[in-house]
Amino acid sequence: MVNRTSQIFSPWVIEDIHAKSDLGRYRIRGFSSFQKVTHFDDLTFLSTGLTRFPLEGYKEKCNTRTIIGGLNAKNPLVLDTPIYITGMSYGALSANAKTALGKAASMVGTASCTGDGGMLPSERKSSDKLIYQVLPSRYGFNPHHLKQAQAIEIVVGQGAKPGTGGMLMGIKVLDHIADMRDLPAGIDQRSPARHPDWLGPDDLAMKIEQLREATDWNVPVHVKLGACRVSDDVKLAAKAGADAIVVDSMLAGTGASSEILLDHSGIPTVPAIVLAREALREIKLDGKVSLIASGGIRSGGDVAKALALGADAVAIGISALIALNCNREIPGSNFVKEIGVPAGECNRCHTGKCPVGIATQDENLTSRLDPDEGAERVANFINAMTMEMTLLARSIGKSDVHSLEPEDLAALTIEASAMARVPLVGTNKIFGDN
Amino acid sequence: MVSIDASKLSTRQINVRLTELIGARKDIEIINPKARHNIIVGILAQCNITVRGSLGYYCASLLDGPSVVIEGNSGWALGENLMSGNISISKDAGASVGASMRGGNICVGRNAGARAGISMKGGSLVIGGDSGFLTGFMMQKGQIIVCGDVGDAVGDSMYEGEIYVGGDIASLGNDAIIVDITKKELISVWDKLEENGIDKQPEFKKIVSGKKLYHFDKLERLEKSSV
Repeated sequence: MVNRTSQIFSPWVIEDIHAKSDLGRYRIRGFSSFQKVTHFDDLTFLSTGLTRFPLEGYKEKCNTRTIIGGLNAKNPLVLDTPIYITGMSYGALSANAKTALGKAASMVGTASCTGDGGMLPSERKSSDKLIYQVLPSRYGFNPHHLKQAQAIEIVVGQGAKPGTGGMLMGIKVLDHIADMRDLPAGIDQRSPARHPDWLGPDDLAMKIEQLREATDWNVPVHVKLGACRVSDDVKLAAKAGADAIVVDSMLAGTGASSEILLDHSGIPTVPAIVLAREALREIKLDGKVSLIASGGIRSGGDVAKALALGADAVAIGISALIALNCNREIPGSNFVKEIGVPAGECNRCHTGKCPVGIATQDENLTSRLDPDEGAERVANFINAMTMEMTLLARSIGKSDVHSLEPEDLAALTIEASAMARVPLVGTNKIFGDN
Repeated sequence: MVSIDASKLSTRQINVRLTELIGARKDIEIINPKARHNIIVGILAQCNITVRGSLGYYCASLLDGPSVVIEGNSGWALGENLMSGNISISKDAGASVGASMRGGNICVGRNAGARAGISMKGGSLVIGGDSGFLTGFMMQKGQIIVCGDVGDAVGDSMYEGEIYVGGDIASLGNDAIIVDITKKELISVWDKLEENGIDKQPEFKKIVSGKKLYHFDKLERLEKSSV
């Protein structure tokens, strides 16, 4: 008997067809794309030798201070590290998780971000620097909260599900979440994809001015894009007056998305950064409009490579949640029993049954997450990433992580060479260049 | 009443001056607005502002408390995200009037453009004339009253709230349905018109959500059972 599995109709594809033939709709899950795409692992740093000398890896000063949005704002966002915590909604996440993320960001001198669903009081209290999102849904949007923010982020798209709005399954839309969003409790909430008050880049320019006027031009206005048609989108956002542009790649995470969008839309982080940087250079706003990359950032190596390719900062989501104990057995949890998969394989944030109290509104589960302990873990993780990044920078002879550049990198694959616009290792050739 | 001549000031200067005068508890009039965008934005205090002329985009937006009277027309998104207070415009309002408003009252004397009351989360939007397509699109709560006709897809994907239409309905949006209006409701709507200075008593049709889009038809096992 033949004992092989098909490459095309793999066991996963067969299971997927069975599930969809039962359901009659697309499938939903959390986490991020399962596609294997070119990523930072396909790039390597060229550290020093005889052509340049290194800095002492553990001692010499290496600057990580990062300024975002200095173009128009009286008070740009000043971070101690170029890593901040991306927008994730209260609703998708528990109050304990949001509070822990805010505290962690404050502990390491960086920012966190609200997400869809409004500003949670405990999140505001715990966050020294809080970015307030302006989303198409405007759930819980409040001008009082807007005025308290250290930066504003207009969300045009999200990398995990570009071209669509947020999603929150009814099991997580409990009374308090529904009240905050002005929605009926228990609905399978599918948020709008388009903003209610602007449609194109000309309107966006006026919308940005409105937000500036409402906040006395004090804080920067970011525009977040799902990385798809990056070059055009970045130019349009910059011309509309954004102080900073976030390119959120197809590797970015979510608490709930249709799987078809997670795996079959958007572009990876590496080409998204390169295209965005080139677009800003083309319109002579390179160095003026800040560039933030997000999607699949897991280590200080990823951050350093993102900066070398042209990002000014990165935003992390899933890796911050993993630091918070996502996909880890903790006292009281039993992944297999509670969620049907072992820790390490869970992507079921959308079910509201998160065994570690992060992506849930169930009080029994949220009590498993101590915000102070969680904050310490996330702060440790960001500190570790910052150390990794500076270690790499020093090994290349750079005293400022923002001095990392494409010349410091080589590609391990032809695809990475073409996407990152750096030479393939062992050659001087940048593939794709004429 | 203190007067601000908008023709002599930048948008920033107008808004700064407004803030100063509101702090001094003065009633304010703005003259020569010349369809300027983004004025009367982000004011979070009770005050009285009268605009003698037309406004551009996003005016009288992100407000909590003010009473604003506009003697003219406005561009897009008048009264966007109003929390409380009252906005009254004598002539026409452009697209997205009252977008995402959460409270308060907006009255448009004549016609409103497309997407009036889009994503509305509370309060009342009263339109003396006609309203464009996608009126009340994805509306969540609150009340929209249109004395005249409405364009296509009214109430598309609305969650809750009510839309009352006095004239013709070009078409209903997805999951929007017409239900019977009671005499008590009708009188209440007429009272609302009277409060807003509209001397009309049309026989309104009431549109609400059919609530068929609230849930996915089927859920996977872990998506439905509670812990």
